[in-house]
Amino acid sequence: MIPAAFDYTAPSTVEEAVGALAEAGEDAKVLGGGQSLLPVLRMRLAAPTTLIDLGKVAELRGVREDGGALVIGAMTTHYDVQRDPLVQQHAALLARATDTVADPQVRHRGTFGGSIAHADPAGDLLAPALAMDTEMVIAGQGGRRTVAAADFFVDYFTTALEPDELLVEVRVPKHTGWHAHYEKFNRVAQAWSIVAVAATVRVEGTSIAEARVGLTNMAATPVRAHAVENALVGAPATPEAIRAAAAHAAEGTSPTSDGNADADYRQHLARTLTGRAVTAAVSG
Amino acid sequence: MRISVTVDGTKYDDDVEPRTLLVHYLREQLGKTGTVVGCDTSNCGACTVHLDGHSVKSCSVLAVQADGCEVNTIEGLERDGQLHPMQQAFHDNHALQCGFCTPGMIMQSLDLLADNPNPNEHEVREGLEGNLCRCTGYQNIVRAVQDAAGKMSPGAGPEVERVANEVAGRHSARTPVSSGGE
Repeated sequence: MIPAAFDYTAPSTVEEAVGALAEAGEDAKVLGGGQSLLPVLRMRLAAPTTLIDLGKVAELRGVREDGGALVIGAMTTHYDVQRDPLVQQHAALLARATDTVADPQVRHRGTFGGSIAHADPAGDLLAPALAMDTEMVIAGQGGRRTVAAADFFVDYFTTALEPDELLVEVRVPKHTGWHAHYEKFNRVAQAWSIVAVAATVRVEGTSIAEARVGLTNMAATPVRAHAVENALVGAPATPEAIRAAAAHAAEGTSPTSDGNADADYRQHLARTLTGRAVTAAVSG
Repeated sequence: MRISVTVDGTKYDDDVEPRTLLVHYLREQLGKTGTVVGCDTSNCGACTVHLDGHSVKSCSVLAVQADGCEVNTIEGLERDGQLHPMQQAFHDNHALQCGFCTPGMIMQSLDLLADNPNPNEHEVREGLEGNLCRCTGYQNIVRAVQDAAGKMSPGAGPEVERVANEVAGRHSARTPVSSGGE
């Protein structure tokens, strides 16, 4: 399968990339790591007139500290996020979830920002991004703006990004010392999550002091399980207490039914996997 | 569009259409048919090559994205007619039947060992998650990778070490991502 023809440009700075995007118009597509876009192009589900490849924009790669946050460049690969000492120390949930993305070859090419901007509801990095209250830094011709994760994911494959805007970095508040686990349910190796749960908790003594829980593929966008979080605060870090809190996981959700799972089964999975994720997190 | 790529140690300058996939460039323009097209949907990993020292599915990379990069394929592994220890281990352990997945399996196995020189069985299976084999049931593939890991370790003998080191040298660019403030 061969993609339809397109024009190709590889800018070397964010400024050039934003300029190229404005010039190319609405039928342009931004190429990050290409691990979602290239299959779509090969199957001719999309036929953009121009591809703007960010692969040569060095400033978009890497992880740095900025006060109470980590700043992850949009073009940082999954492989580099997984292995980054800052991510491991201050954003364990993101490291755990990234470990589960696709397979090693895809993690070498695929990028954190690309996954976020693609906004596939089954993507594994959206729920952690939401649960950790990350912020998306967006560049356009008029300058930069910041959008909270809760406002960034709008619908299936749809974000707050305007056609002439670029996701340049993601600010992740430090969760230093928090335990984390990403519990993913799928049928075969490298398959998308049917449902997955991102959980990170701060434990004090034998109790849970704070908790953040995000759900993957329970709606068109990632979902925050606030009722679970509230029920976990102050609860003892025991399997029984965690199971009781996890029973709230599907509250307010209305997932789709498809060939993989009916809606009520997805809700069952959300409760069960939340229990497993939080239990694994506190014991890790 | 003009690209400059080093493939298996030889530098090539070629004109390609932007939409040309790396695997098609390797096979059709360079004649390196050792790398195969399997599923064409990024699932099977048969087309795995190394791009600047990291395994990638070459059906999911554009040739233009490889401009200025170093590509290593299954065809670049043997030295002076001697199979690479990983190739030899696949042969010795009957790790193939039809052989279609083998180029990708071998390239991904080498990538795995570059990160983890002595993987246990579970780690081998995780490391080969992106490669499908429809014949063997994987058992002998896992054996082969662990066999090769043993043979590629220091002290395995001069000839094996020489070949292994040459491949390992290509991974010398592997350093953790910069965490500096710049």
